[in-house]
Amino acid sequence: MEERPFSDISYAQFLNEEKLMGSRCKKCGALFLPPRSICTKCYGADMEWVEMKGKGKLVAFTCISVGPPFMIREGYDRAHPYCSGVAELEEGIKIVARIEGVDTTKPETIKIGTPLAVRYLHRGEADNMKTYLAFSA
Amino acid sequence: MQRKRKLGRGVAVVGAGMSKFGMYKDKDSKDLFVEAFSEMLSSVDKGADPNDIDALYLGNFTNDFWVHSAHWGPVISDLVGLIPKPATRTEGACAASALAFREGVFAIASGFYDVVLVSGVEEMSKRPTEEVAEGLAMATSSYEAEVGFTFPGVFGAVATAYFEKYGATREHLMNVTIKSHNNARLNPKAQFNLSIRDTMNSKIARAEKKGEPVPTWRDEKEFLRDPKANPVVAWPMHLYDCCPISDGAACMLLVAEEIAKNFTDNPLYVVGIGQGSGRALHAADDNTYFEATRYAAKEAYEMSGLKPEDIQFAEVHDCFSIAEIIHLEDLGFFKPGEGYKAVEEGLTRLDGPKPINTSGGLKCKGHPVGATGVSQLFEVWKQLRGEAGERQVPIKNLRIGAAHNLGGTGGTCSLTILERR
Ligand SMILES: [Zn+2]
Repeated sequence: MEERPFSDISYAQFLNEEKLMGSRCKKCGALFLPPRSICTKCYGADMEWVEMKGKGKLVAFTCISVGPPFMIREGYDRAHPYCSGVAELEEGIKIVARIEGVDTTKPETIKIGTPLAVRYLHRGEADNMKTYLAFSA
Repeated sequence: MQRKRKLGRGVAVVGAGMSKFGMYKDKDSKDLFVEAFSEMLSSVDKGADPNDIDALYLGNFTNDFWVHSAHWGPVISDLVGLIPKPATRTEGACAASALAFREGVFAIASGFYDVVLVSGVEEMSKRPTEEVAEGLAMATSSYEAEVGFTFPGVFGAVATAYFEKYGATREHLMNVTIKSHNNARLNPKAQFNLSIRDTMNSKIARAEKKGEPVPTWRDEKEFLRDPKANPVVAWPMHLYDCCPISDGAACMLLVAEEIAKNFTDNPLYVVGIGQGSGRALHAADDNTYFEATRYAAKEAYEMSGLKPEDIQFAEVHDCFSIAEIIHLEDLGFFKPGEGYKAVEEGLTRLDGPKPINTSGGLKCKGHPVGATGVSQLFEVWKQLRGEAGERQVPIKNLRIGAAHNLGGTGGTCSLTILERR
């Protein structure tokens, strides 16, 4: 039994461990990703952890040429855009993520509906490690 | 059960002012606020005594981050001589001053105050572009910002979802841009008061003067398709799909309806106000509309007893070209999936049946985020009083106009309907 609290902090810890974890309401079955500690459908407070299979499809995306400072530091710029998007998982729930394995210099070739599989991008080390959710086409 | 909203007593607008929007090296937000305030005072037909102002509501997104100075309610209050009257700052990202307007309305409607100054101010241009973008990204959800979404990026993603669902393309977005520029050309307060055609001509003239290869765009769309002239920012959002970085201020004087005629024979009445909240991208059931706008619109229409077709013209929050198209649908002006066709058919042009963003919109008038909401209502004020000059809506008996303001990536949306009686 997974005992961690249903929080953004736990969610981030799981990403570090390469697990995509949501919460499910034991009363009405509603699924939340990132996890919620109370059910906003029925207001039940009895939740359980659910691991996502990590498979889905692309439902919206953008290829960003002018990124925030932390993406510029990763080497992205006008000549090297990166893709961020919305993935709809097989579990029927959506999540925002970095999208890899697409040609960001030819965004017109990227198709909505493209099958995706989860990836974990680790940045930094040890206690400072931070993991960004990604999906690969 | 949610009952129909109503005000405890009527509220009227009796004065309005705004600074010219732009990127200023030689002026800061205090200078711009004084400009707006002075114009507001002189716009009150029978005059207003600032000593009669009971309270100030100030919309401001993030002076904290961009100016490294917070707590601007009393700063602005002092600036225009309102100390020790109470000042309250409202924050709703790009909808900050629509919230200030709304709080001012409530304060009067409750009977607590009779005369209230509602306003907004923002100063953005003195920061490097990356810092402006970083500040704006603070108003996306943290989940979005973390995976690299910028403001244009969120709207870019919304555009790809909309394109997929309804078959629209980049070409349709260009119609919005061209129309906005045509309107802004007639607005002396706009940051870019020139048409796309004007822009093309000036670029051609510059190339000729410098002896550089002269561009050969045949029309506006060819210019907008040219990646040199119109580079991608966050696909499919290009430079000309995005509002600029701006500084500016706007304010309005609100009074209780029963004393409105002491200030002017032509007040405008607040007949509908609605506000809604929205979810992050991943949590919305569909990324082709904004839940918060639909809720705000429903509230405002129910309160006013008006229907979308009764709104004769509107300012809508076109932070990005795709946003304008979606708002046209969410506000009920056109059916879902029909907004882009309406723009293509010219229905939203200044001389069309439903003029939209006669000011030039955020795209061309500028978007100093905290000032935008009240500046949109300033345009409604000008139009309804027949003072919009060359860009006056040519509809006879113009009585009802609206302003739609959106904060963040749809987290906060409002619709305000004003009426001339
Ligand atoms: Zn539940």
